[in-house]
Amino acid sequence: MEQIRAIWRYGIKVGIIGGIVLILTALIGMIEVFTQRQIIADVVSMGHALYLAAGLFICYLAAERTTPAKPLWIISNSMFAGLTTAFFLVLLIILGRHVNLRLMFINASDLLLNNLLTFGVQGNDGLRLLLIAGMGVGLFTGLFYLLPKFLRTVILWSLAGSAFAGVLQELIRPILANNFPDVISEWLLTSDGLTLKGALSIFIFIALIVISWSIKGGGIRQGWQGLPKKQQSTWRTIGTIILLAVILIAPWRLGLFMSEVMTIVGLYVLLGLGLNIVVGYAGLLDLGYVAFFAIGAYVTALITSPEIMNLNWSFWSAIPFAIFFGILAGVLLGVPVLKMRGDYLAIATMGFGEIIRLLVLSDALRPFLGGSQGIGQIAKPQVLGFVFKGPQEIYYLIVAGCMLVIFVSWRLKDSRIGRAWKAMREDEDVAQAMGINLVSNKLLAFGTGAGFAALSGVIFGSKIGSIYPHSFNIMVSINIVCLIIFGGIGSIPGVIVGAAALIGLPELLREFAEYRFLVYGIALVVMMLIRPEGLWPEEAHKRELHEDKTNEATG
Amino acid sequence: MPTKFQRWKERITATDIVMWFIGFALLVFIILGSILTLRAGRYTPVQWFDFVIYGLAQGSIYALVAMGYTLVYGVLRMINFAHSEVFMSGPFTAYYVAAYFYRSSLLESHPVICLIIVFIVSMTISTLIAFLLERIAYRPLRNAPRLIPLITAIGASFTLMYLFRGLYGTGFQAYPVWEIFSGKWALFKGLEIGKIQVFVIFAAALVMVALYLFIQRTRIGKAVRSVSEDKEAASLMGVDIDKTISVTFIIGGAAAGAAGVLYALVFKQVFFMMGFIPGIKAFTAAVLGGIGNIPGAMLGGLLLGLLESIGPALFLDGFNIAAPYQLKDAIAFLVLVLVLIFRPTGLLGERLAVKKA
Repeated sequence: MEQIRAIWRYGIKVGIIGGIVLILTALIGMIEVFTQRQIIADVVSMGHALYLAAGLFICYLAAERTTPAKPLWIISNSMFAGLTTAFFLVLLIILGRHVNLRLMFINASDLLLNNLLTFGVQGNDGLRLLLIAGMGVGLFTGLFYLLPKFLRTVILWSLAGSAFAGVLQELIRPILANNFPDVISEWLLTSDGLTLKGALSIFIFIALIVISWSIKGGGIRQGWQGLPKKQQSTWRTIGTIILLAVILIAPWRLGLFMSEVMTIVGLYVLLGLGLNIVVGYAGLLDLGYVAFFAIGAYVTALITSPEIMNLNWSFWSAIPFAIFFGILAGVLLGVPVLKMRGDYLAIATMGFGEIIRLLVLSDALRPFLGGSQGIGQIAKPQVLGFVFKGPQEIYYLIVAGCMLVIFVSWRLKDSRIGRAWKAMREDEDVAQAMGINLVSNKLLAFGTGAGFAALSGVIFGSKIGSIYPHSFNIMVSINIVCLIIFGGIGSIPGVIVGAAALIGLPELLREFAEYRFLVYGIALVVMMLIRPEGLWPEEAHKRELHEDKTNEATG
Repeated sequence: MPTKFQRWKERITATDIVMWFIGFALLVFIILGSILTLRAGRYTPVQWFDFVIYGLAQGSIYALVAMGYTLVYGVLRMINFAHSEVFMSGPFTAYYVAAYFYRSSLLESHPVICLIIVFIVSMTISTLIAFLLERIAYRPLRNAPRLIPLITAIGASFTLMYLFRGLYGTGFQAYPVWEIFSGKWALFKGLEIGKIQVFVIFAAALVMVALYLFIQRTRIGKAVRSVSEDKEAASLMGVDIDKTISVTFIIGGAAAGAAGVLYALVFKQVFFMMGFIPGIKAFTAAVLGGIGNIPGAMLGGLLLGLLESIGPALFLDGFNIAAPYQLKDAIAFLVLVLVLIFRPTGLLGERLAVKKA
């Protein structure tokens, strides 16, 4: 009796949720779109990998939740979860045979329902296969869960690593082709995916790394801490120099496409670092940040383009103007919102951002700002006859900008102003009581952030050559907020990691583009639920969040 | 003994002066614009009347959506960013029911029954989405720092928007037209009034009154009010907080679902991003009326609708600005920002000003 209840509670319920999630995944067309990309050539496509991974995950959840954790219970629960999930998919397929689902769900194609979901087997055999596969996945997961934890970690890492390599093959291919002998590339990759032996070797390679790290890792860390301070800093300098060298030669070794992606990521790093000062350091959630980016780009356009003001100045002379107007706008828009906090501030700044975009877009200001047609022919930067025109050249400009901004934010962080900001973030009233001038510090934060955004706007405008108001909608602001939160609020490396993950990855995976914002949304919610401090958190912030949790648990 | 004036002079800061200056400049701009427009006499009284009716219809939709924001803000002190997607999900799903009725020509033979079914479907879906949203995204974070639920709400909003985009596609879907609502009724002296506008205003008023009575008169409504007053005290009095919060989301979802169908009937199209702008405007309406205050949300919605419909013509046309209608949204956002700056408690006063962090 007890066991039946456990099966219902942990197996079937998880299976129901999993089934609904999988049906939705199938109906939004994710599986079908992803099937077009092979992970291991002719063996597993990305769609099927996603499909199986989702099944494994559901069964794993069922297995993990089972209490008491008796082996037989775990296996039966996990099998029931798999079976229930498969059952839901079978229901969907049967429904699809009798009703034309495409009238409502545009992605519910015949191919998806009668071929992909049933692993290529058609008719009722396919349904039977699906149910058996559900149970099989459940059985496999249950047995897997019973393995020792160390082995599980190794297998999971290696599997994830191979899948990742398969997904990012387009990134790996030029790196291998440009820098390594052809043998490696031929061993690992075919024209549309990893080879089977390549996938296996990656699997083994990662497994070896994980195993050796878990044996030796502790020792290495201890050895590092045991080193004298001076040696540590020497090694750090060497590391930094190597990193710099890699960054500097990267565009020429990685090819045009990767350089383009890196410039986009770089622009978002610039924007993210600027907003990080406002949101991360000073705790002021600004959703209208894109306005300053737009101001930078528009000032550049007006000054350098022959189209509206016909000034035709050079790119370099636009920078100080753009930054000046950016800071000015930051301060001016900061004054009215000085007294607002939290949600209200977010909404008000979002309102400002939208007002600016709508004004630029309107016909009323068309003679001055170009309206919806935008402004074209923005000057490219030149130094002594050398023109920064392609992504590989602009990249250096962006890297220089990032370096500058990283340096400034790093120095600001523990300065007097930085500490004042931190105090303000924690508690405005207490900060004021401690003698911190809220007005000037808030305006400084808004101004600095806006200046960085304007700088980013300058580079952006000159990179794409012509700008339109549609490039500056609220989604940009929200993207930037997301990447900061995702990377770890207030943390400089976090912003870079966040930009690489949220901006870079979707650019690399073209199939992903369709689902980019969906994945963003889910990632944000999940991140907030399980790891609110972000991927690479700032130490103090992490401590705070976990302190809260321990307090709650005890109190 | 300093005089009152001297004390006042000490308290005043540079920021206050700047703010007054901004406020004064805007006031002058609005008055000047109105005078110029009225003197130019470009619009006939009939047109002004149309503006008012359109504004009221639009505003009553905003008011319904604003109820959801206000109720949730009341109990959770958070802006439910994803409410605009609750508003979108209902009518977008109900579109397929309506399209089915249209194809099978049931719409012609039984328009009223079809309309009722479309409303029920839309309200059910919106309610379901609102309920699940609270359960999955907000409940686990109830005691988290303030920024976190806001980010979650943005994330949930994206998830829902693009989930529906994936399910139903990116295109605009044309809502079928109910014959009973097309056309106008002639009033006296050449004034005409669109049937659909009348229906929207009455339907919205009906739903609002029903919800208001529900909140004011029933036991569950009382629980909702008590939770928004003081969560801990309410729970000590035996109110089930979790259940009450769920109920709040359900009420807000139902109102949004009804508002969504009205919106679709007026604009005759649905698509996955349809919730974004009305959502922000409804939030503006809630803030305008005083967030957490239910009659405030209604008043705010109607006022915002009117401002948006009359505003561009009245304030901007006088300056001979090209295509003032494009700035309709800008006016709404400006109202939002101005209310937040000058009267953050709203017109009727925020009920919850004391506990604002």
